[in-house]
Amino acid sequence: MSEAKTALPGALFDGIAVIEEAGLQGMITLRGDLGDKALASALHDVTGCALPGPREVALAGEKGAAWMSPDELLVMVPHGETAAAVATLDARLGERHALAADVSDARVVFDIRGAYAREVLGKLMPVDFSADAFGPGQIRRSRMAQVPAAVWMTGEDAFRVVCFRSVAQYVFDLLKTAASEGGEVGLYA
Amino acid sequence: MLILECPCCGVKGEETEFHGGGEAHIRRFGPGSSDEAFHDYLFAKENPRGVHFERWRHVNGCGKWFHVARCTQTLEVFGSYSAQTTEPPQDIKDAITAKRPGWRWREFA
Repeated sequence: MSEAKTALPGALFDGIAVIEEAGLQGMITLRGDLGDKALASALHDVTGCALPGPREVALAGEKGAAWMSPDELLVMVPHGETAAAVATLDARLGERHALAADVSDARVVFDIRGAYAREVLGKLMPVDFSADAFGPGQIRRSRMAQVPAAVWMTGEDAFRVVCFRSVAQYVFDLLKTAASEGGEVGLYA
Repeated sequence: MLILECPCCGVKGEETEFHGGGEAHIRRFGPGSSDEAFHDYLFAKENPRGVHFERWRHVNGCGKWFHVARCTQTLEVFGSYSAQTTEPPQDIKDAITAKRPGWRWREFA
C-alpha cells in the first residue's frame, strides 16, 4: 500500500474562524435498507453508534455514522480501520441488497471552529445556521457555493464539513475568504 | 425565491440546492407508437401561467427525484410528493383546489 495522504495536508487558516483540514478520516458509504435490523446491528458493531434517524448524525469518539439519504449512511472510522470495517460490514450484510464502499480517498474533511463558525458557513450555504435551526446531532447536505457539501456540528461553535476531494482547494479557499478578518456580519451573534 | 421541500429527506431548501427535471407525469411513446404521439411526447410540453407539475432532483442533498406542484406565476409551492406515482395524490390536488379553484392541468383537475 502507498502512503495515504489527504488533499491539503496541514492546511490551516486563522481568521474570524479557524479553518483546518481534519486529516485522514476513514469514510465508508453504506447503502441498503435502513429499516433492516441487520444493517443497524452491523453499523453498531463497526462504530458503536445506533442508527441515526433522518437528517441526524451519531458520533462516538473517532467513529460515527451520518444519515445521507433514505438509503445511504456515511460510516466514519479511524483511517487505518477502514478496510477491516468494510470487511465486517460485508460479512454481516451477507447476501442482502446492500453496499459498503471505502470512499475515504474520494473525500476531504474540514473543521471550522470559533464564535463566527456559523456565520462563515452561512455565507457559503443556502442553509439557516442559527442555533434554533441547526444544532449538534443534525447533518445537512447542501451546496457550498458551487459544490455539494455535508456539514454537522462536533461541539459548541465547531463544525465539520465533508466534500469531494477534487474540490478540496476550492472549498478551502471559499472558507478562507468567508473567514477573513473583518468579515464579521453579526447575523447569528 | 422558490423554496422546495424534499419529500424523501424532509429538507426544506431553496431552489439552487435542487435541479429541475422538466414536466411531470409525461406518458412515454416509443417504438410502435404513431409519429404524432412520439412528436408530442418529445416536444409538446405544458407551459402554463399558474398551476404546474414538475420533476425535481435534490441534487446537492439526498440525490432523490420527486414531484412538485407549484404556481409558475407566484412561485407558490402547493406541495411535493413521491416520484413513484403516475398522478398527483389527492391531498396535493385538494391543496391546489383550495388556492386555485377550477384549476386544470393536462388530464388532471
